[in-house]
Amino acid sequence: MESWFRVFLLVTVFAFSGTAVLAAEKSGQPAADEIIQQEPVIQPEVKRREVKQADIETENFEVGVFVGLLSIEDFGTNPVYGVSVDYHVTEDLFVQGRFGVSEAGTTSFERLGGGVTLLSNRDYQYYDVSIGYNLLPGEAFLTRDTAYNTSLYLIIGAGNTDFAGDNFFTIVWGAGYGITVSDWFAAHMDFRDHMFDINITGEDKTSHNLEASLDLTFYF
Amino acid sequence: MRKCFITLVLLVGSLSVSSLSTAGEPEQYFVKVADPYIEIHTGAGRGYPIFYVVARDEWVQLLYRKTDWFRVLTEDGKEGWVSAAQLSMTLNPSGKRVDIRDPNEKDFVLRDWEYGALIGDFEGLSIISFYAGYHFNENISNEIILSQASGSVSSKTILSLLNIVHEPFPEWKMSPFFTLGTGWIRTDPKSTLATTRDRTDQYANYGFGIRTHLTKRFLLRAEYKNYVIFTSRDDNEEIEEWKVGFGFFF
Repeated sequence: MESWFRVFLLVTVFAFSGTAVLAAEKSGQPAADEIIQQEPVIQPEVKRREVKQADIETENFEVGVFVGLLSIEDFGTNPVYGVSVDYHVTEDLFVQGRFGVSEAGTTSFERLGGGVTLLSNRDYQYYDVSIGYNLLPGEAFLTRDTAYNTSLYLIIGAGNTDFAGDNFFTIVWGAGYGITVSDWFAAHMDFRDHMFDINITGEDKTSHNLEASLDLTFYF
Repeated sequence: MRKCFITLVLLVGSLSVSSLSTAGEPEQYFVKVADPYIEIHTGAGRGYPIFYVVARDEWVQLLYRKTDWFRVLTEDGKEGWVSAAQLSMTLNPSGKRVDIRDPNEKDFVLRDWEYGALIGDFEGLSIISFYAGYHFNENISNEIILSQASGSVSSKTILSLLNIVHEPFPEWKMSPFFTLGTGWIRTDPKSTLATTRDRTDQYANYGFGIRTHLTKRFLLRAEYKNYVIFTSRDDNEEIEEWKVGFGFFF
């Protein structure tokens, strides 16, 4: 009798503990499911639209303003300002249009000659259209966690320079380095040579006008 | 600093401003990966390292496009670049393939607008021209051309609002064209020479050339034109012009 009671007691204890463990397991399982379902990264109620190519915003155009220094041959180095527009055709190739203004300084002849002026109109304006090639695309690592996409590119193009009241067909070539700071903003350093034939100082020659500029651009 | 940038944006023009304002309307586009996986690059270029992959049946959000690369946001919150080639293997919410393709030869033939720049020789002067063309149909278009030519003696500005272009075989890889146009030409003698007066004359020209679709929206073009300038003197002046350049079509 006593042994039967003992067996009953043991069975009851085991049964209880068993159900308790099962219950604990059961209550644990939905809890884990809930954690997964609680925070889906993409909300299911967001209506998913059909993607058409034309719907996706493109950022192939870049518009910028630049400031720099322009060394006008024989007429000193002077500030230059302007605007630029880029159209990115492929990841390698882009087309760039630029318009810039500067003002020529005095030649050493004018400074030493005392009252001699060579030019009545010292305005220097240019525009050009160039083809650019992203030669060395890369990344710059500013800190341990910050990287910016960069590119070293070459450009060559042609345009017109309005200087000393005359127009000059101009070949432009150079190189630049650009850093894409954010989705919509980039900074470029540009070095280029504006070449044109001129005879303003009495001899026919090809003048090289070197320009260094900082161009801040915006994608849209 | 950011305030300064925004001021610059405002300076740059209304286009940038309008792009900022449209950023306020959330249009979200998702695609489902159908390939075993797609690769996410750190930059919009083939050489940028792959830092993440998204497996089949996962969704990615498309943010914007730069040339052949799409900025995407994954379900895990990773942002990076996917090539157009890989993205064209993903599925729309309806299960259809995402339609992403580059402008092809057919789009080139059916183009409406064409813009470009050309350089060359204008009877001894160096010339640079900009043009915008509207295509009435596959064969006929009109172009507006603004050119500037300069040499050691004079510089010229040439404007043409009427320049009819006929392209008899638009589907050819190297498509020839014929032009007939008229406009005005202004001659400014160089200021270093004994001054003769500036003058403006009307001209008419005919020409021919060739155009070829290079890649995407890019085309190359070369042309010859023969100008007859109706001067106020007894003789008309004849000028030959050769130019090469590139253009875009939309």
